[in-house]
Amino acid sequence: MKVVVDEDKCVAAGQCVSAALDVFDQREEDGIVIVLDENPPAEVADDVRNAAAVCPALAIRIEE
Amino acid sequence: MAETQLAPDEQVYYYQDDRDPKCPFAPAPGLRALNEKAPITRGRIWDGSTPWLVTGHAAQRAILSDPRVSSDDKQPGFPLPNQAMAENVQHHPLTIFNADGADHTRIRRMMTRPFTRPRMETLRPKIQQFTDELIDKMLAGPNPTDLVTALALPLPSLMICALLGVPYEDHDFFQEHASFATRSDKTAEDDRRASEALGGYLAQLIRVKMETPGDDVLSDFAARVKDGDLTLPEATLLAMILLIAGHETSATMITVGTALLLENPDQLSALREIDDTKAVAPAVEEILRYLTVAQFGQRRIAREDFEFEGVQIKAGDGIVVPLPAGNWDPTAFPEPEKLDLTRKATHHHAFGWGIHQCLGQQLARIELQVVYGTLYRRVPTLRLAVDRDELAFRPADALAFGIAELPVTW
Repeated sequence: MKVVVDEDKCVAAGQCVSAALDVFDQREEDGIVIVLDENPPAEVADDVRNAAAVCPALAIRIEE
Repeated sequence: MAETQLAPDEQVYYYQDDRDPKCPFAPAPGLRALNEKAPITRGRIWDGSTPWLVTGHAAQRAILSDPRVSSDDKQPGFPLPNQAMAENVQHHPLTIFNADGADHTRIRRMMTRPFTRPRMETLRPKIQQFTDELIDKMLAGPNPTDLVTALALPLPSLMICALLGVPYEDHDFFQEHASFATRSDKTAEDDRRASEALGGYLAQLIRVKMETPGDDVLSDFAARVKDGDLTLPEATLLAMILLIAGHETSATMITVGTALLLENPDQLSALREIDDTKAVAPAVEEILRYLTVAQFGQRRIAREDFEFEGVQIKAGDGIVVPLPAGNWDPTAFPEPEKLDLTRKATHHHAFGWGIHQCLGQQLARIELQVVYGTLYRRVPTLRLAVDRDELAFRPADALAFGIAELPVTW
């Protein structure tokens, strides 16, 4: 699984951080998404898919 | 205009239809029924126009993230929520609410910094402290009491004031003026006067913070004014939006959420068993879904002709997205009328969807997790001090659903 984010689309809602705390964070100055782990392990795969699903700006893409 | 596309004898749903007084926590029955017809239908609004109503959960997501629709409320045909807004709209400055695309991103990013999830998480102890102090005070005071004035309004107010750097001692003044923003019975004149009073107050505070900054959002805005990134009127407007938005919505969720839980004792007793305010999170999401207090519908206008869910939307057509309908769509939430605090409800639309999704949602979530995780444990005998039928719910056309007073006893 590979996580790809589009920073330009991100509106810093923070939903991804709630969904998958070990994989996503927010940049201090403007809240834009930071990917902590581009290739997350299988045990958090569901959380990461959920993070992509709840992103209101559709800024997270998962390549399976 | 949308009107001409309707068959002359076509019956359409009148959007301001009231909730059923017997089930005040549920969306208006007529609104729910629309989902059985189609995810997108026509509805009539207060000015007689007939915008599209997007009620299906999947359709709401699709339309709210579609770049072919605009939030620009000055465009002719935009389905404005009420008369006062229609009279004032041409004076509305560009804000996060009515900007599209790059303009929206620029404004939103200026406002985002204090509201990121990691920052909000650092506020949890402070939210807990305010909550405990307010509950202490409530328990030491008269019984019965009004939960709105004892806890539901002061908590979000204290938090937004602490974040913005607004003195809480002035709360009577700004709460009164902030409440106009969500009322449907205001006149255009009331609206202008309230925003002028609030704007004057905040502009003065920003001026003070340009000289003596603190560690708060208004000081951040003041620094940007000094650097020439923002004008003083722009900074004032951003501050006003944050102050208004930080008040009524969380307060209403605390009040109406409590009334709802008291009516569902099994769910409430399960909630009381959880002694970690973070573990209350799924319950908070379900209550957000169930109540969807931002009830009045997101407003948009089509920029171009396009086909959507089997209908032809034309450029200039108004579009209303009533969020409660999506949150009670049985295809997304089976048996939506069942309050189930263990339901996985994180895909709800209580904070909207798309680029305009609520900026303060992480603050709201933590406030609600702390209150729902604390109040009913600390006051296990909490109950209504009046009959439910006596509760005065706000009218269905108020921008936020709510109860004016919640008399409780313990």
